[in-house]
Amino acid sequence: MEYTRREIMQDVFLTYLPAKKFKTSYLSAQFITPLCAETASANALLPAVLHRGTVRCPDMEQLSAAMDRLYGAQIDYTVRKKGERQCVGFVASAIDDAFVPRGERLLEPTAQLLGELLLDPVTRGGRFLSEYVESEKTNLIDAIRSVRNDKRDWADLRLMQEMCAGEAYGVRRLGDEDSAKKINNRKLYQHSQELMSSSRLELYYCGSADERRVTDALLHAFAALPRGVVEPLPEMRLYDAPSQPRFITETMDVTQGKLAMGFRCASRDVPAMIMANLLFGGSSNSKLFLNVREKLSLCYYASSSYARSKGILTVSSGIETKDYDRALEEILRQLRAVQEGEWEDWEIPGARSTILSSLAALPDGQGAMENWFLGQNATGQTETPEELAAQLAEVTPQRIRAAAQTIELDTVYFLKGKEAE
Amino acid sequence: MEKIKYPRIGETVRWHKLKNGLPVCFVPRKGFARKYALFAIRYGGMDLRFELDGQWLDTPAGIAHYLEHKMFDTAEGNALQELAQNGAEPNAFTSNAITVYYFDSTEKFLENLKILLSFVSVPYFTDESVAKEQGIIGQEIGMIEDNPEWVVYKHLMQALYEKSPARVSVAGSVESISHITAQTLYDCHKAFYVPANMCLVIVGDVDEQQVLSLAEEVLPKESGSVIARDYGEEETLAPHEKEVRCAMEVAMPTFLAGFKCPPAPEGQERMRNNILGELACDVLLGDSSPLFARLYAEGLINGSFDSSYDLLPGVAYVGVGGDSKDPMQVVQAILDEAQRLVRDGIDEDYFQRILRANFGTALKSLNSFEAIAVSMAEGCFAGYDPYRFPEVYDSITKQDLVDFIRDNMVAERMAVSIIDPKEEEQNACND
Repeated sequence: MEYTRREIMQDVFLTYLPAKKFKTSYLSAQFITPLCAETASANALLPAVLHRGTVRCPDMEQLSAAMDRLYGAQIDYTVRKKGERQCVGFVASAIDDAFVPRGERLLEPTAQLLGELLLDPVTRGGRFLSEYVESEKTNLIDAIRSVRNDKRDWADLRLMQEMCAGEAYGVRRLGDEDSAKKINNRKLYQHSQELMSSSRLELYYCGSADERRVTDALLHAFAALPRGVVEPLPEMRLYDAPSQPRFITETMDVTQGKLAMGFRCASRDVPAMIMANLLFGGSSNSKLFLNVREKLSLCYYASSSYARSKGILTVSSGIETKDYDRALEEILRQLRAVQEGEWEDWEIPGARSTILSSLAALPDGQGAMENWFLGQNATGQTETPEELAAQLAEVTPQRIRAAAQTIELDTVYFLKGKEAE
Repeated sequence: MEKIKYPRIGETVRWHKLKNGLPVCFVPRKGFARKYALFAIRYGGMDLRFELDGQWLDTPAGIAHYLEHKMFDTAEGNALQELAQNGAEPNAFTSNAITVYYFDSTEKFLENLKILLSFVSVPYFTDESVAKEQGIIGQEIGMIEDNPEWVVYKHLMQALYEKSPARVSVAGSVESISHITAQTLYDCHKAFYVPANMCLVIVGDVDEQQVLSLAEEVLPKESGSVIARDYGEEETLAPHEKEVRCAMEVAMPTFLAGFKCPPAPEGQERMRNNILGELACDVLLGDSSPLFARLYAEGLINGSFDSSYDLLPGVAYVGVGGDSKDPMQVVQAILDEAQRLVRDGIDEDYFQRILRANFGTALKSLNSFEAIAVSMAEGCFAGYDPYRFPEVYDSITKQDLVDFIRDNMVAERMAVSIIDPKEEEQNACND
């Protein structure tokens, strides 16, 4: 994959990903900030408020009209959690200039709009419009509450809250309801100035325009960006599992029970851990899928995922309440199989093939590329998809076993239905 | 072979027909690592009653979906596993009108295509494996029944339609699927999984001759026949019930209102009807509309508010809804706004902006291999060319949209489905 990453202003980096094969051009601007309970909700609220209006387009109708005029350019605000970083900003996508009737150019006005959303919000008396702050506060609180609607997401969240209670990683992407309620307009405005001047800004472009033109468009759009001292981000710590795992059960009116399990992995052999996770529950050819789902019909879904920067592996499964003990036992049995190197000849090549295929396909999506590089840039990792693929190709069965043997159960969370059989 | 160029959208498409009559569509994509193959069958959740060998058969709800689950079983094992072992990402889905099997892979494309073509063509069911699937699908049904978005939609369809199979869940119910046997599955496969009723779409940088030779070699030689289906008596345009309400564990109320529309024609007209309906929804209810801005600012709707115009076999409807603290107020506002728009007309600048925006969105969807493949298959079955959308947008006038809104977005056509947050005494949605 061809790409460059350059510092184009103080602590402002542009990752340029040239590509002529898409129908669209893609732009992203993301502030990288530490994830912490005190600021998470304010950081999550800020881009939503900014998205309500700029000086030039002071309300949603005018903003929408401006985007429609750019052939349906889409600019959305984003709040993402990468390890123990919160990344807030905007992503924009517009049809490529090659397809615009009458040779109209969309890159410059789209970049301009992106800059205005961040740096030129509509204000009154030196603050945001209070109706925008109040309305988005309500939306944020609703969003924080609404994770309850998807019971699988809820169970996964409850696990994280319990397992990582004392860590930055336990802080939710959107923060918490109490902090959100306490935000006021004046504090939010001050916070926005501070956030922007003291955070690294990562910019991404993917499309057919040349680098000079993109750099010029972004320098012009972000000319007014305040720049103060940008502190280095705090290091992310790995924690050990407790001497005895914790078991938590809660009840909700659900038809299907949700099981979420958290493990700590001390291994720093990340490529081997990625392979171990794939074998365990990371694909539709994994031990969890084939055994807990297909062979035993114990669940509709059973999968695992591995968060590299924190050394945490989680299992997520939908089961009938009455099958709790059996499912738990079976899932742990499958983990032991990986730890003991019990796999058939096709399992490792199959897992490797799945991940290499998905890494090879990354350059086929603009959003996927932006999300990859953001994840790397936010957590201080530097491999490109190709470099990680090369590392994974070298992983031996012995390394997989050794990495898997560091996986220890930390917490089990079970959400069961009210009529427990 | 038919080669069609679409200069306005920078596309070229090539259509072939195999000796057995199967249409095969190639959408080239140079410079992409991934290659995508989609095998579609014109058979979905609504095809419960059909004619096979001169006899009309009634089948249990959920059978097309059940069949889709079981298709991955082969005499050698499981095709899903085989494909995944080759690094492909296989999947399938069943909707109201079609079933599709597809995979995405960056390597071993021909090998994977051979697996796809074989397992879809050759049915293999044992009583044991069929029985085992009852548990898995039962769980899938349980999972979706916990999902408020699913339940609010299901209730709307049951409120709008008295007789049409549109009111039946694609996955069926635990009870209905209990009637499914290996024999029923063989019969449905025999009827529908034939070249006369299928379509193959390939998106990516592939050698077309190799694909065609492989398909000729692997697929059955007989074309089968086009199957007649019965979607029930024609529905009136009045809803069966005006309102359905229940309670679930949700943070705030969620609703879905539906407006019955006349069924759409076949052919290129169907595509125009579809685009017209979507544009009308966007003009009246889209996130650039005056209605959206007002309701959002008043806190009556949030980002979840959305609308669409859906065409199903024999029926069509506009759906609109989302989370709201007062669904009935939103519904009334929609009805009032529809009347206002018909009375005052559509602002010319606004109309042009909406056309531009929708054109841009349609063009953007061509970044998605899956979106391309599904739309090519649907177009093949319904007799239209989805890539002709620029010409369709050119042909649509403001009056077309006003007519659509005036005729369809009225209380007489409307049903509302609501889910309220649970309080102890209310009836549960899963009773």
